[in-house]
Amino acid sequence: MTYIKPAFRHPDLQPNAIGFHKKDYEGAISTLCAGCGHDSISSAIVQACFDLAIEPHKIAKISGIGCSSKTPTYYLGQSHGFNSVHGRMPSVATGAYLANRNLKYIGVSGDGDTASIGMGQFVHAIRRNLNVVYIVMNNGCYGLTKGQDSATADEGSISKKGQANPFEAIDLASLAMELGATFVGRSFSGDKTQLIPLIKAALSHPGFAFLDVISPCVTFNNNKGSTKSYDYTREHIEATGTMDFVPFEQEITVDYPEGSSKSIAMHDGSIIELSKLANGWDPQDRMASFMKIQEARIKGQILTGLLYIDPETKDLHQMLNTTEKSLNQLEANVLSPGLKSLVDINNEYR
Amino acid sequence: MNNYVNDFVVRFANVNGTGSASANNMFAKSIFRMGIPVAPKNIFPSNIQGLPTWYEVRVSEKGYLGRREGIDVMVAVNPQSFARDVADVKPGGYLIYDSTKPLHQELRNDITFIGVPMTALCLEHYSVPRLQQLFKNIVYVGALSKLLDIEVSVFEEIFAEQFAGKEKLIAPNMQALNLGRDYIAEHYNFPLKFRLERRDLVKDAILIDGNTACGIGAVYGGATVAAWYPITPSTSLMDGFDKYAAKLRIDAETGKRNYAIVQMEDELASMGVVIGAGWNGARAFTATSGPGVSLMSEFIGLSYFAEVPAVLVDVQRGGPSTGMPTRTQQSDLISAAYASHGDTKHILLFPSTPKECFDMMAMSFDLAEQLQTLVIVMTDLDLGMNDHMSPPFEWDDQKAYQRGKVLNAQQIEEAIDWGRYKDVDGDGIPYRTLPGTHPSKGAYFTRGTSRDEYAKYTEEGAPYVRNMDRLLKKWETAKSYVPRPEIVRFEQDASEGLIYFGTTAWAAKECTDRMEMEGVLLNAMRIKAFPFNQEVSDYIHAHDIIYVVEQNRDAQLKTLLVNELSIDPNKLISILNYDGFPITADKIGNLIHQLKPSAVTDTAFK
Repeated sequence: MTYIKPAFRHPDLQPNAIGFHKKDYEGAISTLCAGCGHDSISSAIVQACFDLAIEPHKIAKISGIGCSSKTPTYYLGQSHGFNSVHGRMPSVATGAYLANRNLKYIGVSGDGDTASIGMGQFVHAIRRNLNVVYIVMNNGCYGLTKGQDSATADEGSISKKGQANPFEAIDLASLAMELGATFVGRSFSGDKTQLIPLIKAALSHPGFAFLDVISPCVTFNNNKGSTKSYDYTREHIEATGTMDFVPFEQEITVDYPEGSSKSIAMHDGSIIELSKLANGWDPQDRMASFMKIQEARIKGQILTGLLYIDPETKDLHQMLNTTEKSLNQLEANVLSPGLKSLVDINNEYR
Repeated sequence: MNNYVNDFVVRFANVNGTGSASANNMFAKSIFRMGIPVAPKNIFPSNIQGLPTWYEVRVSEKGYLGRREGIDVMVAVNPQSFARDVADVKPGGYLIYDSTKPLHQELRNDITFIGVPMTALCLEHYSVPRLQQLFKNIVYVGALSKLLDIEVSVFEEIFAEQFAGKEKLIAPNMQALNLGRDYIAEHYNFPLKFRLERRDLVKDAILIDGNTACGIGAVYGGATVAAWYPITPSTSLMDGFDKYAAKLRIDAETGKRNYAIVQMEDELASMGVVIGAGWNGARAFTATSGPGVSLMSEFIGLSYFAEVPAVLVDVQRGGPSTGMPTRTQQSDLISAAYASHGDTKHILLFPSTPKECFDMMAMSFDLAEQLQTLVIVMTDLDLGMNDHMSPPFEWDDQKAYQRGKVLNAQQIEEAIDWGRYKDVDGDGIPYRTLPGTHPSKGAYFTRGTSRDEYAKYTEEGAPYVRNMDRLLKKWETAKSYVPRPEIVRFEQDASEGLIYFGTTAWAAKECTDRMEMEGVLLNAMRIKAFPFNQEVSDYIHAHDIIYVVEQNRDAQLKTLLVNELSIDPNKLISILNYDGFPITADKIGNLIHQLKPSAVTDTAFK
């Protein structure tokens, strides 16, 4: 366990396209348990933001309460962050996004934070197509309170105390699709090659982008019999294909055999390149994807990758027809209608 | 012989959902248009259709706009409540009823019954069933207008305004009105002893409900983000904001909105949105009632501790629990003032009139941003949902919004050793930064957990205590920011005084006027905000006895006064009204008479 974050960076490390170094996207040293899946997700977020060359201050990170919700301290140290209250990250993110539509928002939550106390807010944020990347660091248990089962724990999964969970699990990815989310992905904290492009694609998606990331709890839910352990996840993971994310300024160089690959053009000009797609998989076919997720679930497989995407989507601000300028930038001359209008209002009530 | 000119109460007893509300409103407006002070009150059920509903109009030449007990003229068109309505009329009063069917209840002989065949007249003159129903309401307004001597030209004027663009509706409405007027002219003596005479007492006043006034205040106060969840009696506040924002906040070039309103999934989420937007530099608010405040409590604590500007309107209704959702009370004071777990205190504003709803709503955004905390505007159902005669709204185009201590990019660049929670100025208010301002400096982590001056998480006792003490210092600063009380009456010789707030103002004024006529010296102060400023403390110390008038059971304002100002509780005598109806001058006077410790006077309210 390290208590001091080394300041040394290799002198040959190159800055990204806008001149920021990787360290500009890093945060404070993690205080989570050594080997926690969440730390891998944090570093994937760092890598994705660095690669996409987003100015750090143009990102805001928001979370709820729990181990996962602590992670925003450990990435993007030059971005504003808000660790709000348990299960309420979606509403705080909604307010933040309404106030300033010209930032990128990364909302981080856990399976307790989202699938139990925050279920109502999660569901409604999807309905409103809030333009955030919503990452659930999913470990099937309540870590900070010492390992109680969460609502995403699979039925029959054995806890550290040796008890089998009697309840049906909530599958957040299926739920998000059912509710009409236009970007749904699932990944594993131990699979950076898949997770980083997924996060990049999610950041480019102009609406609610949901990522369910299996992130084993090394301390309370990594035992034999747990279906959210590292071993179990590795054994049962089933990728829908491999994925690459190509920012708009880059050229596509790889050729994949026809039928097994697909390019999806994003609204901002970037492209998602999918290859080695599982037989007949089309992440733009909502019904088919939904069916396949359910089939995999029955077989005990953890289906990962980009599960569904509709790049043409209308987000909350578009639905509300709000001005392109951020609301928090509007000045009094725009906000106050002035005395003349008030005289008319008074006359309406005489 | 008593003079009842411009001084009486009319009550309409209707069935909910029959379109009576607009006819009743028109009746109130016609009196207002004759230059006479008027106070309408809607007494409605928590129901959409079918249950009894009442509308009460007090006419007062002297300008007393509080409720008054006793009905002088009853318009009883609801068979369901008829017996009770007959019983409610004061001896010597009148009851107007639909005489299409003969009365079969046992009648009183100390009131006068006036039968108007409203249904028969409508069936005779209109063929569409819906119109037969709607015009019945206009017929009784017509009959009443003849009985009370309301000028017919006033209605012509009101119809012309109401149906501008739909002019063909004017004639049938006037016809219905005249059906009522003519029937009275042919069958009864008119006017009654209760009658109206044109005056010029209204001047430039407006007649508007407090919720709409708050909504307009939010537009003028620069609110750009509004989140809400429907709850009686606050719903029409957001409707008011919506209506005027849609009119006055549209970008001329693009047609896009310079505001956002979102109906959330619950009150918790509404407060979450307000806090998220406030954190990100937008002026944001929500409106709710007591149950909503309970649900928002966790977020309210976050606003306090993380120091995020937020505005909340609590349109109070009868509690506890679901309580009396369509009745008025001032019973959320303590739950609002100290909402949320741990040591918390919140700024409360207490408007009394629609003008103050407008002013305090606009002001609340300045206060929230200057003090970086939650401001709760405490209105109630009576103020929020009833039309009140009010001074007109005013606005100074030169006045700038007070956005508080927010560092811009250049200030962040130049700041030396900036810390989000450092008390640089000694007033307890730190400097904040907004996301997206500076590429490499000024970012910090906002949290509801304890932290040091640099916003870094800590579980150490010393920085926690420093922070809590700074918040207390900020609270002291707030006392000089919030509105001072109105000293309504202050005679050096008076040893007793009233304290009241919000919608108690009119009844209290009527009460003290009457006492003055009886030669009783009683001072009066209206509190406008919490925390209490020095003036509140000085006023209490200047008297031997203080009557604290409030509309709740547990003397919540008294509790706050005792707790915050260390006042001897024995010095404060509570005058309480909590039956869900607005407090009356009679009630205040009678209770003072009963509860006063010394023989001050006995005559005023015998």
